[in-house]
Amino acid sequence: MPDDSLLDLAEYISEKLDEHVVSHEFVHDELILHVHTESIIHVLQFMRDARECEFTVLCDICGVDYIGRPVRFDVVYSLLSLRQNNRARVKISVEEDQIVPSVSDLFSSALWYEREVWDMYGIPFSDNPDLRRILSDYGFEGHPLRKDFPLTGHVELRYDDELKQVIYEPMHLTQDYRDFDCLSPWEKIPDIQQHPEEETPEEPDKKGVD
Amino acid sequence: MPLTNNTDTPDITISDETHIKPYTMNLGPQHPATNGEFRLVLEMNGEIVERADPHIGLLHRGTEKLIEHKTYTQAIPYFDRLDYSCSMNQEHGFALATEALLGITAPKRAQYIRVLFCEIGRILNHIINITTFALDIGAITPSLWGFEEREKGMELYERVSGARMHANYFRPGGVAKDLPQGLCEDILQWCENLPKALGDLETLLTDNRIFKQRTVDIGIVSPEKAQDWGFSGPMLRASGIAWDLRKSQPYEVYEDMDFDIPIGKTGDCYARYLVRMAEMYESIKLIKQAIEKMPEGPVCIDSYKITPPPRAEIKSSIEASIHHFKLFSEGYHVPKGETYTAIEAPKGEFGVYLVSDGTNKPYRCHIRAPGFAHIQALDYMSKGHQLSDMVSIIGSLDLVFGEIDR
Repeated sequence: MPDDSLLDLAEYISEKLDEHVVSHEFVHDELILHVHTESIIHVLQFMRDARECEFTVLCDICGVDYIGRPVRFDVVYSLLSLRQNNRARVKISVEEDQIVPSVSDLFSSALWYEREVWDMYGIPFSDNPDLRRILSDYGFEGHPLRKDFPLTGHVELRYDDELKQVIYEPMHLTQDYRDFDCLSPWEKIPDIQQHPEEETPEEPDKKGVD
Repeated sequence: MPLTNNTDTPDITISDETHIKPYTMNLGPQHPATNGEFRLVLEMNGEIVERADPHIGLLHRGTEKLIEHKTYTQAIPYFDRLDYSCSMNQEHGFALATEALLGITAPKRAQYIRVLFCEIGRILNHIINITTFALDIGAITPSLWGFEEREKGMELYERVSGARMHANYFRPGGVAKDLPQGLCEDILQWCENLPKALGDLETLLTDNRIFKQRTVDIGIVSPEKAQDWGFSGPMLRASGIAWDLRKSQPYEVYEDMDFDIPIGKTGDCYARYLVRMAEMYESIKLIKQAIEKMPEGPVCIDSYKITPPPRAEIKSSIEASIHHFKLFSEGYHVPKGETYTAIEAPKGEFGVYLVSDGTNKPYRCHIRAPGFAHIQALDYMSKGHQLSDMVSIIGSLDLVFGEIDR
């Protein structure tokens, strides 16, 4: 069960920000708020400043690519309240090429987190003063953490002894990348949670096999 | 007119005839004081830093992408290679995240072993940070003395996992193997000798006039700004915020342990040094307690779906043999769900955001590295400081580019 204070908090935020919050849920006792993309600044500002929330630290922003879903990307904001000792995640769903309002005015730490999401997923943030690539190479093309970007990449580089410089060439693999399909098509391995009896021998120091 | 720290006047006029324009310079990518690989573009006004623009990513290996293509067991070694100065702490974050999704908890003995090695990792990390920090600003002896003790600590890593650095020892559901005989005694012995070595380091640094001149009042971060920039760990505590995930959101057996959280007052480079120094003494306390309280029992959960059967059983039981094969080829399926699990790594909050789609591979594994938040505040912290202070600030941030670039 999630913490009582977190349950109250979820109710409070949903009530106060009724028109901004789509829904809230608890996954593994962690609070997730789904909000409208255009409301993200408003929601985060409220969660930072309201005395009941005080989420003063933005731990992280990350993207998730749900390829095949109508709205392809999720952007996940992880918030931490030092005073209330709570965590919350705020999620927005973003279509390809949809522009997300930047929260860098609220949290300075968002500056680079947003750069990383832009670099890795190609989700643009408006009003971020410095939306350059951050982790990938200078002049890199593509957004590597998208699911349709190959693991091996598109280019490889080597030192050319004649040109006396490092050059980029299209990726050429002498051996195919080994991606074994270990999933059995005819039998589904049941997940452990459906077989609590298998775990009974040393049960006393375990919890949460529900 | 002397050089001033007035950012409103970008051009310096020394006299009516001479006129120095602000100029841009590169620190790195290859520079001994950057403690790794990163390029720092500095806009200088004479000797004063006006803007610092760190270019990171030179060590980007696509860890998160690679993990998406590996099973959960195969993902663990990648975590060693994030922050390689304390590799087991990173494994811990992933192991806990996977356990949260699986809905399992490691047996008590495994939890104590994990705490034991996480605290050893904390000491290893802080020794490397403090000594290289001192080295960067001119003191060579601490690194010579400190690394000797650090090497002994890494031998403890080696004895339990077979590797000095990239241990690959923690597993979702426990640890790979039980402690070898006699290891606990040797760890205790190491703990007995460590305070003396740390004391030696302190005599070299804490009251050292040069060290203090280089660190006191350099790179001050207020508590509000520390939160705004997403600081965590010793960086946050040095700014005077009492926050440690081991205390405030206890995981494993930290609840049953007796230890203190050192807090800095001033938020400058010197406070960060003091906090890390004091934390090592607390870690020694924790190691001793972990060994003292460690119960007997299994070191991983008793389910062959998650952990491999013992070698002897594989030889005699076809069932165990199949389990072994399936576990190391297909791996185990993790129920659909997602979690953000954070641990208190030596550098700060190390979080793993793990999304599972019910298959044997993580759908998404985002790694929240503490250093990433710290290095992006470099511009804020160094503004108006001299170039030589830049080195102090970088040293006090405790940067390891394995985790920042991922």
